[in-house]
Amino acid sequence: MALYSEKVMDHFRNPRNVGVIEDADGVGEVGNAKCGDIMKMYLKIDNDTITDVKFETFGCGSAIASSSMATELIKGKPVSEAMQLTNQAVAEALDGLPDYKMHCSVLAEEAIRSALKDYEKKKK
Amino acid sequence: MIYADNAATTKMSAAAIDTMTSYLKETWGNPSSLYSFGQTAKEALENARADIAAVIGADPKEILFTSGGSEADNQAIRSAAALGAKNRKRHIISSAFEHHAVLHTLEALKKEGYEVTLLDVHEDGLVRPEEVEAALREDTCLVTIMYANNEIGMIQPIQKIGEICRKHGVLFHTDAVQAVGHIPVNVERDNVDLLSASAHKFHGPKGVGFLYAKKGVRLTNLIEGGAQEKGKRAGTENVPGIAAMATALKEAVLSMETNADQIKKRRDRLIEGLGAIEHSALNGDREHRLPGNVNFCFEGIEGESLLLLLDDKGIQASSGSACTSGSLDPSHVLLAIGRVHDVAHGSLRLSISEETSDADVEEIICAVEEVVTYLRGFSPIWRDLTTGKKQFIL
Repeated sequence: MALYSEKVMDHFRNPRNVGVIEDADGVGEVGNAKCGDIMKMYLKIDNDTITDVKFETFGCGSAIASSSMATELIKGKPVSEAMQLTNQAVAEALDGLPDYKMHCSVLAEEAIRSALKDYEKKKK
Repeated sequence: MIYADNAATTKMSAAAIDTMTSYLKETWGNPSSLYSFGQTAKEALENARADIAAVIGADPKEILFTSGGSEADNQAIRSAAALGAKNRKRHIISSAFEHHAVLHTLEALKKEGYEVTLLDVHEDGLVRPEEVEAALREDTCLVTIMYANNEIGMIQPIQKIGEICRKHGVLFHTDAVQAVGHIPVNVERDNVDLLSASAHKFHGPKGVGFLYAKKGVRLTNLIEGGAQEKGKRAGTENVPGIAAMATALKEAVLSMETNADQIKKRRDRLIEGLGAIEHSALNGDREHRLPGNVNFCFEGIEGESLLLLLDDKGIQASSGSACTSGSLDPSHVLLAIGRVHDVAHGSLRLSISEETSDADVEEIICAVEEVVTYLRGFSPIWRDLTTGKKQFIL
């Protein structure tokens, strides 16, 4: 049996939305190098809709795949909907993660939320 | 496929497979049976014992067959601890970067009232004999230091440590799983009382190993039952595995010198090639290294991603990252030599064999360079490092 599902491997090998948005409306970074995972999300938001999203990740295969999947799940979505993104949704969309890798999906959820909070803060 | 994980396990040699098959197919009797068919198996067992003893400079009576290195480590340490307890000696000295077969046995003994001193292995990954001597106490019953480290390949000053233990009358065990069959090991020269080895690390089969216990060192059973192995290890002997282990070991020792010369050249080329990648560092020093071991840290990346992408390129290696250990902490070995977490997560161990070619080495260097550059390309840490927000460690 493979370590990861085919979907995880696909998102790991061909991560979607990799990169940086220089003039992002919201940026969120979570995790720390000590634990071996850092995710950084960049959001471009227009009219309360996420028009573009990019990520940078330092971490294992499932951390990279979770970041990639999370960006796909929120791209084009209204901010209010993106706020509802859960780690379970990310893990399910990846056809599951090994138990001890579930924290990677949690990190993806937190990174998106942190970027959205940054956007809300900037908006005020 | 380029297999560069020989410290994890090795491919069985053709000769060892032949031996094993012949004992599975033809000489499959029980060595404890008294009819001649069983006694032929018994003979094979004793021949293997004699062959293995000869390789490490022991008497055949001092060799006990086990299921592998972990069992041998457990039994060696448990035996010395039991002997110590008889004289109210319950202190054990070891090092911080031992294999878990040793460390976890020591943890278990701590719960039973033993005291354990774990020595520092310094930045170069070497135990200092003088620090062993300084740590000895009236109640020390055992010193257990590995012959060569499984992750960073550092060969320890075993002979000197053994000398000190002899002088002070303390038992000395060494986990020689990574050393036997790769570098010369001799229990007399090295002043060793107990030594563990495992067949699958020197092109023998998995699930078989041996424990050397110097004459007079009384062993404690881990497995009770029949009278096999002089009553010290019950269970019908794994004759095919044991015979194949002896074949593999004899073969490994016969070609050790020529193999080592060739492997070392390729190892050094790997060290040179990977060292040229910016912000990388070799783990452990260059001099006291096992012939086939290369272990690097690459700043700004994580080891599991590196391994998976190398696997996609047909290269099998290993890492000391947390993700590969199933815990949140990276390798205890890398932490023991002072690598901080951030950097220890980005480690790569390549362990090559005589089957690794010059072309393989070049391919590995190219692939690692490519993957490290790729992963750094979207690593937020690497961005912070290159934009000056964070200071480089390596």
